Amino acid sequence: MRIVVNGEPRMIEGGATVQSVIELLDVAPGARGVAVALDGEVVARSAWERTELREGASVEVVAAIQGG
Amino acid sequence: MDESSVPEHAVEDPLLIGGRQLRSRLILGTGGFANHELLAAACRVAGAELCTVALRRLDPAARGSILDVLDDVGVEVLPNTAGCYTARDAVTTARLAREAFSTDWIKLEVIGDDRTLMPDAVELLAAAEQLVDEGFTVLPYTTDDPVLARRLEDAGCAAVMPLGSPIGSGMGLCNPYNLSIIIERAGVPVILDAGVGTASDAALAMELGCDAVLCASAISRAHDPVSMAEAVALGVRAGRLALGAGRIPRRRYAQASTPQEGRPAFDVQGLAL
Repeated sequence: MRIVVNGEPRMIEGGATVQSVIELLDVAPGARGVAVALDGEVVARSAWERTELREGASVEVVAAIQGG
Repeated sequence: MDESSVPEHAVEDPLLIGGRQLRSRLILGTGGFANHELLAAACRVAGAELCTVALRRLDPAARGSILDVLDDVGVEVLPNTAGCYTARDAVTTARLAREAFSTDWIKLEVIGDDRTLMPDAVELLAAAEQLVDEGFTVLPYTTDDPVLARRLEDAGCAAVMPLGSPIGSGMGLCNPYNLSIIIERAGVPVILDAGVGTASDAALAMELGCDAVLCASAISRAHDPVSMAEAVALGVRAGRLALGAGRIPRRRYAQASTPQEGRPAFDVQGLAL
């Protein structure tokens, strides 16, 4: 199915979860300072595995950078 | 405020924000450092206990997390909502930060204009109210408007962070009068945020009675960031010391520091014997 990850269109298998996107981006397991919003709502890390994506979902995956 | 009154501001008093004690009154902004090594060195020299961090789309090519760097130095992170233009975006970013950094602390920034990066007062207050409701410890970046500072405090913010001048401008404290009114009325810590250009600006902010200074660009974009980190930290300390010491009042005319009495006379004749 088609989803959008950090503004980029992506194809991902049906039944994919937030965790699938994390793996798609090659984020190391347990990487620090990473958070996810699905369609504008924050998904707790503890819910990544069980949160399924729908067709057309927008996923924002953010990480800590220098700033402020 | 009567400049001759001696305020009770000991240099060693810890800073209390939202129930947390901080020994350092310099909060380091991490934006603008050329690399993590310089950031770590500046952090150490500044003796900072809190450093800001931001959230951006994950860059799979990025090497090394800033969090590991700050951990090594032993400082805590203060996540911000930099780049947000609406209360809605700022609230979502704060929630992401809580998830990413396991902290309820948020330096709330809601910008209203992309040339001055001045805060949008209306959106800022709305975001602050929402985040306080959600249990965040909110430290809002605000204008130097005493009324807005009061409204933010009334909304439950743990501190207020008025700007001295626009972010990264290095213009120092453009309106010390407004800042002094904010300080005089505030029941929460006042942290000067934005505008510091060099050490003397930080000293002036502390002499005015600010409880702390947040400084990023003045240090990170200095020719020698590590030396400037030390200078700004000394400025903060000097200003705090001076505030506690109680400055003399300003006068329009001179006041001799050497007594007139006992002055020898050279222009009179001795006794004609």
